Amino acid sequence: MAVLLQQLLNGISLGSIYALLALGYTMVYGIINLINFAHGDVYMIGAYIGFIATALLGLGFIPALLLSMAISALLGMAIEKVAYRPLRNSSRIALLITAIGMSLLLEYTTMYIAGPDTRSFPTVLTNRQYSFMSGQVNISSMQLYILVISIMLMILLQFIVQRTKIGKAMRAVSMDKDAAQLMGINVDTTISATFAIGSALAGAAGILVGIYYNSIDPLMGITPGLKAFIAAVFGGIGSIPGAMVGGLLLGMIETLVSGYLNSNYRDAVAFVILIIILLIKPSGLLGKNTGEKV
Amino acid sequence: MADKRRNLIRNIVTLAAIYAIIQLLISFDIIDQHLQLNLFLLCINIILAVSLNLITGFTGQFSLGHAGFMAIGAYVSAVMTLKLHLPFPLAIAASAVSAAIVGVLVGIPTLRLRGDYLAIATLGLSEIIRIIALNIDYIGGASGLADIPRYVNWPWIFAMTAGTIIIIYNFIHSSYGRACIAIREDDIAAESMGIDIAHYKILAFTIGAFFAGIAGSLYANYFYFLKPNAFGFMKSIDILVMVVFGGLGSITGSVVGAAALTLLSMVLQDLPTLRMILYALLLLVIMLYRPQGLLGNAELSWKLLKRGDKDAAATNSK
Repeated sequence: MAVLLQQLLNGISLGSIYALLALGYTMVYGIINLINFAHGDVYMIGAYIGFIATALLGLGFIPALLLSMAISALLGMAIEKVAYRPLRNSSRIALLITAIGMSLLLEYTTMYIAGPDTRSFPTVLTNRQYSFMSGQVNISSMQLYILVISIMLMILLQFIVQRTKIGKAMRAVSMDKDAAQLMGINVDTTISATFAIGSALAGAAGILVGIYYNSIDPLMGITPGLKAFIAAVFGGIGSIPGAMVGGLLLGMIETLVSGYLNSNYRDAVAFVILIIILLIKPSGLLGKNTGEKV
Repeated sequence: MADKRRNLIRNIVTLAAIYAIIQLLISFDIIDQHLQLNLFLLCINIILAVSLNLITGFTGQFSLGHAGFMAIGAYVSAVMTLKLHLPFPLAIAASAVSAAIVGVLVGIPTLRLRGDYLAIATLGLSEIIRIIALNIDYIGGASGLADIPRYVNWPWIFAMTAGTIIIIYNFIHSSYGRACIAIREDDIAAESMGIDIAHYKILAFTIGAFFAGIAGSLYANYFYFLKPNAFGFMKSIDILVMVVFGGLGSITGSVVGAAALTLLSMVLQDLPTLRMILYALLLLVIMLYRPQGLLGNAELSWKLLKRGDKDAAATNSK
């Protein structure tokens, strides 16, 4: 029982990272139908910005978090403007290949500049362990930080999407781009804003992971990026609550599998879930089923 | 008709000449070990690129899992020659067939998916294949399988490469190939013209996987050594870049793409990071300025060479 509880706790902290990343995927997919392969690398850049801010500039945790979110947001907007906007009317394969190219470019440019070695974060937060059930279940303050920050960001996101003008514009554009344009919505600005918000969340996830696992490297974004996309599909792509649920569930399933079955198969679990969900319910847990348009 | 025959004779003569010249260069040691390694790698890449082009370029099914099929071929061949001591021709046939069977198995369930969902599902399947290979101790697990007997020589690799190109070329120019191209252009329209979409999609996947299996077998029995991480996501991307660079829908384009990128990695092998940056920039520039690739869906041919570049450009833009 205690073991299960511990695994679930670990799963929730891992899952909230996936959820933060999955939100970016799902928002971008909802608005321009693109699997933004570069999203995982924005997360990596976010971790590196966090590293620079804390280790080199000596900033504290919160300023570093805000800085890394801001720079990630700018990076996301730049990527959209340079690589995706010129291709908005071309085939989806072309767009997807561009996204892969962008992802490779970010990874290896970082590797070229920062070197391929793993770096460790300085301790910016005092890590305390809180024990429950006579020491059998532990939760670290870092896990609490991850949870609290993710929840706050998700509430903020819900507020932006549901209550503000730009959020309304985002919902309108994802529903019907042409009709939104006819209603006087600036589609380019809206898509830019979507990338900015999604990338800021990825940047936040990057710095949280950097501090939690205490190591960052230029290729750290690939696997979490793919898994977060899977989490978005799992929850129903295009749906914001779906991305949160999908991310949390994926994190929990993954820790349970590595805890109870075989940790070597941890990375395969996500892909197995993906294939099962695509075959059984391609629209995901909370997604809407859309018919095929001729 | 006479034109066709002349072309056929010319093609046969060219192939024979390529074979003979390189065989001579190898036997006189002008092509040394290092060059030969890259030449063989080039041929394996050609097989991979041409077979992926059948799936992605001609049938329009975006696959990010080609390295998975290659891995199946490589491991089957390695186990048969190293562990079971079977002759190489049997091993290469078995690896092609087993990769093709996996191709069918992948093809059937993923038929319901299209575009990016298919891409991500094939990527997932090839990752699953890699992770399973990592966890089987019989085939070496993460540390890999060493001392695989080297059976592959120039005649083998030449025959397989030429065979792949000829078979896929003829497939594309048969009624089957035209059905595949129709699916790529518009699958709903193709279906309403009476084309059995499911059948042709599976066929394309199976044939593509078959040849990727051959490529894997050649790889295993030339390089002595296999490890699962050589067949990861990056390998699939590598093959895809070759196909996209040469032109989705052009077989000679894939050959050119494979040659160009193998050469690029040969020249930049001491600077792997720079190589990847160039790769990425290449992908972006191609997609932004020439999304149809170097050759588009035109083929390099005798006619094209004669007419010169100007007309070639005109055919491409059609």
